[in-house]
Parts: sequence; structure tokens; C-alpha cells
Amino acid sequence: MLILDIVSALLLIAGGFFGLSGAIGLFKFPDFYTRVHSASVTDSIAVILIMGGLLLQTSFDINTAKLLFIMLFLMLTSPTASHALAKSARHGGLASMAEAKMDEQENNNNG
Amino acid sequence: MSFVLDYYNYWVVVFLMMTGFYIVISANNLVKKIVGLNIFQTSVFMLYITVGKVSGGTAPIVTEGVSLYSNPLPHVLILTAIVVGVATTALGLSLVVRIKRAYGTVEENEFENKDDAI
Amino acid sequence: MAEFINLALLALLALTALRIIFLKDLFSVVMLFGIYSFLSASIFLNLDAVDVAFTEASVGAGISTVLMLGTLALTGRKEKASKHSSCLPLVVVCVTGAVLIYGTLDMPPFGDPNNPAHQHVAPRYIEESLKEVGLPNMVTSVLASYRGFDTLGEVVVVFAAAIGVLSLLGIRRQKDELVADTGLKEHRVLHVIAKLIIPLIILFALYVQFHGDFGPGGGFQAGVIAAAAFILYTLVFGLKRTFVVVSPKFLAWMASIGVLVYACVGLFSMFKGGQFLDYNQLAADPIAGQHYGIIIIELGVGITVFAAMLSIFYAFESQVERSNVQ
Repeated sequence: MLILDIVSALLLIAGGFFGLSGAIGLFKFPDFYTRVHSASVTDSIAVILIMGGLLLQTSFDINTAKLLFIMLFLMLTSPTASHALAKSARHGGLASMAEAKMDEQENNNNG
Repeated sequence: MSFVLDYYNYWVVVFLMMTGFYIVISANNLVKKIVGLNIFQTSVFMLYITVGKVSGGTAPIVTEGVSLYSNPLPHVLILTAIVVGVATTALGLSLVVRIKRAYGTVEENEFENKDDAI
Repeated sequence: MAEFINLALLALLALTALRIIFLKDLFSVVMLFGIYSFLSASIFLNLDAVDVAFTEASVGAGISTVLMLGTLALTGRKEKASKHSSCLPLVVVCVTGAVLIYGTLDMPPFGDPNNPAHQHVAPRYIEESLKEVGLPNMVTSVLASYRGFDTLGEVVVVFAAAIGVLSLLGIRRQKDELVADTGLKEHRVLHVIAKLIIPLIILFALYVQFHGDFGPGGGFQAGVIAAAAFILYTLVFGLKRTFVVVSPKFLAWMASIGVLVYACVGLFSMFKGGQFLDYNQLAADPIAGQHYGIIIIELGVGITVFAAMLSIFYAFESQVERSNVQ
């Protein structure tokens, strides 16, 4: 059906756009935590949009269930991975850019 | 153009083989050598699977309405090869761990002449 | 369209491999190797090798990367610069590459159906496997039935690797008072998600094990995926608690039992009057005998691969913990 094809194409293009922007952000952002956010965009919203687009392409059979399961598992695990990354950095003592700047200003004021 | 398309797969495989080979013979660190070995192995797998592909065929699983299948024999051989490859990698990595414990380093230029010291 | 995807993926693969040569940070090297493995799995999928893609993704990008990271935790992250010049290796590599490319010009064009590789045994497997073995997945029928002896050798190789790693590294059971409870205590989110996901991973492993007759899958992939579930448990909850769940002695028994089950199927068919690993003897109806034989040996394969991979991971992880305690 044409309307399903158009909607699915739009979803796939949107998913590709978010994946691409996540990848570009991974290079362009200055701070570790912003880069983690950008990578997580690729993992979460791009996956949901692409999966949604693919779901509209199959007929309603076992493949729909498989794609739904894949989407569910990815939605469970990808944000967890980004969270684990950011939390480990925090735990290891990595300061964000704003905090580093505040520390520098404090040192300048004190010294 | 069709000549390039016909042989592009094989040339990329040869390039990957040579990359892996170069890493194995020139890397200083033993772990990197093992990574190079794995790159070499995977490129060889790709060579076999490329040979097994039939244009217009599908995966070798019997389905309705399909008459042309890709060759299943290379797939079987490469399945075995992948598992044997990971077994070799695991053994190689445990040898690296023991070398580190015995010599204190895994850089080749540092433990080359240390056999007399042990 | 498929050719364009093929070209793009192979170019990405070449770039990844090229980048690995020049990196000095071994952590990035291992990560790039994981990416290389996933890209090759995609290429295998594009070349219609679905079983191989599955195995490469789970074994190459899963277990190999985990073991390499475990080794890096013990040996250090940076590679030091080499004092040798890289001239001679470069020359050797270029000469070998040129000779190999000259050799590939003799090979048949990519995808040609009249390729000599498709002429002798393969048409028999493609046409007769449904009638002689009765399974839709031709790769499983060739792997488990026509070439079952090779697969027995492969299972024994995995078993031998587990023995080798255990004798080189060994699994240290430390005294309970001395060892701290490792694992990620502050990561509550990881604890919750791990508890949700691990049963599903094990369920998926069982699905792959038994669905290998009808689609991509089989014993090897299933064993590796089940091992990955317990590796996740170890990473989140610590090695001491994992030893309570799956103890190393249990794994030693499992690995041996898997190989024995496989060999005993062969011996049983000899007792029944056929040859070694001739599944037609296992039941009154030859096709049913083939099905029984394939299910039992795939079970043996899955059990051995699971036990071997998990034992190897235990060996590496207990070395890491030992060095952390010291």
C-alpha cells in the first residue's frame, strides 16, 4: 500500500538522519559527557525510527514479532550502556567542561 | 568496469590479508600481533565465502519458490574455522599472560634477550 | 544495489584494518577489531552466509573481544614504539600482496554460477539434503550429518583449547575472607537491567540451539550466547557470586560430557550395525534417525562450547582479580 510505503520511507530517512547527526556529534562535541549523549542518540532514537520503518514494510507475521522483540531489547540495553559509560566516567573522577572551568576560576581567584 | 567488479572482492581480501600479515610481523606488542592474526583469519574466511556466493541465489535454507541457492559447503568449512580460530586466540592470549608474568613485559624488543636472565 | 552495499562495506573494512596498524593505544585497537568483526559479519550476511554471519558476530565480536580486553587488563594498555625499522616487513608484505593479486586473476569471476566450486559435491548437497536428511537448513545438515566427523574434531579442538587455557592460567578459588566482593556495586541501573536481560539471553540461546535445523543457528552459536549471559553476570555481580551459580567443576564436567555425548552417538550407531556417526541406524525410519542424531550431537556441541568458553573466561577473570587484589 502506498501510504504505508511513504510513512515507512519517512521513518527510515528520519532514523538515518538521527544516526548521522549522532555520528557527527561524536566528533564535534568538545566534552566527554556531551559525546556520550550524542552516541546515545544513535543507539536509541535512530534505532526506534529505523525499526518502526522496517515494521511497516513486513506483512503481519512472525517477522513483525521478531522486529518488535529486537526493538524492545535494544530499548532496554542501549540507554543502559550509555548510562554505564557516563557513570563510570563520573566514578573515575572525570569532570565535565563546566566543572573544569569552575575549578580553574577558583584556582585563579585563590592563587 | 565489470572486470573491476568481478575481482574487487578478491583484491580487498588480499589487502586485508596483507594488513593482518604486516601487523603480525611488525608489531612490537604481543597482543597486537594476536589482533593482526585474527584480522588475517577473518580475511581468509571472507575469501571462501566470496567463492561460495552465487549471483541471484539466496541463503542455503530450503524455502518455497526459490530455485537457486548459494553453495553451503564453504559456509560449513568456515563455521568450523571460526570456532577453531577463537580457540587458537584464547590459547595465544593465555600464553601472552604467562609471558607477562614470567618476563614482566609483552613488548618484543624488551624480552628478546631476557631468556638468560630467567 | 547489493553490489553497492558490498563495495561500501568492504571499503569500510579495509579502512578499519588500515587504522589498526597505526594505533598505539591497544584499547582502541581491540575496539576497532570488534568493529572489524561486526563489519565482516554484515558482509557475510550480504554474501548469503547467514550461519557464518551469526557465528562471526557472536564468536568474533563477542568472545574474542572480551578475552582480549581481559588480557589488556593484565598486560597494559599502550604499545611501545619498536626500534626496528618497518622497511623489511613492508617490502615482504608488498611482494606477497602483488603475487597474491596476480594469483586472483586466475580465479573465476565473483558470483559466477559455473564456478568450479559449485560443480562437484555442492549440487548433491543442495538437491539431496532435504530428501536424505529432512532439514530445511542445508548448512546444518552438511555440518551435522554429511560432515559430522569434521564437527566432532572441531568440538574436540574447543575442548582442547579449554584444557590448554586451564592448564596455563588455572582458575583460582581464593579463600572467601580474603577476596572482596567485586562487581559493580554502585551501578544500580546495571544490576536491574542485568537481572532482566540475563534470563532472556539464556532463553535466546536455547532458541538458537533448537532452531538451528530450520534457520540460522545451531550448537556453536547457542553455546557462545549462553556463555555471554554468564559473562554479563560476572561483570556486573562479581566472580565470587558467579562461582556459586556455575562452579568451575560443573563446567569441567559439562565440557567432557558434551564431547562424550557426541562420540557416544557415533559408537551407538556402530553398535546398531552401521558405521561411526551413521544416523540412519538410530531409529527405525532413517529420516527420524537423522533428526535424532542431529539434535543430540548439536546438544553435545552446545554444551561443550558453553562450558569451554565460560571456563576460558573464568581463567582470565580470576587472573585479573588476582592482580587487582595484589
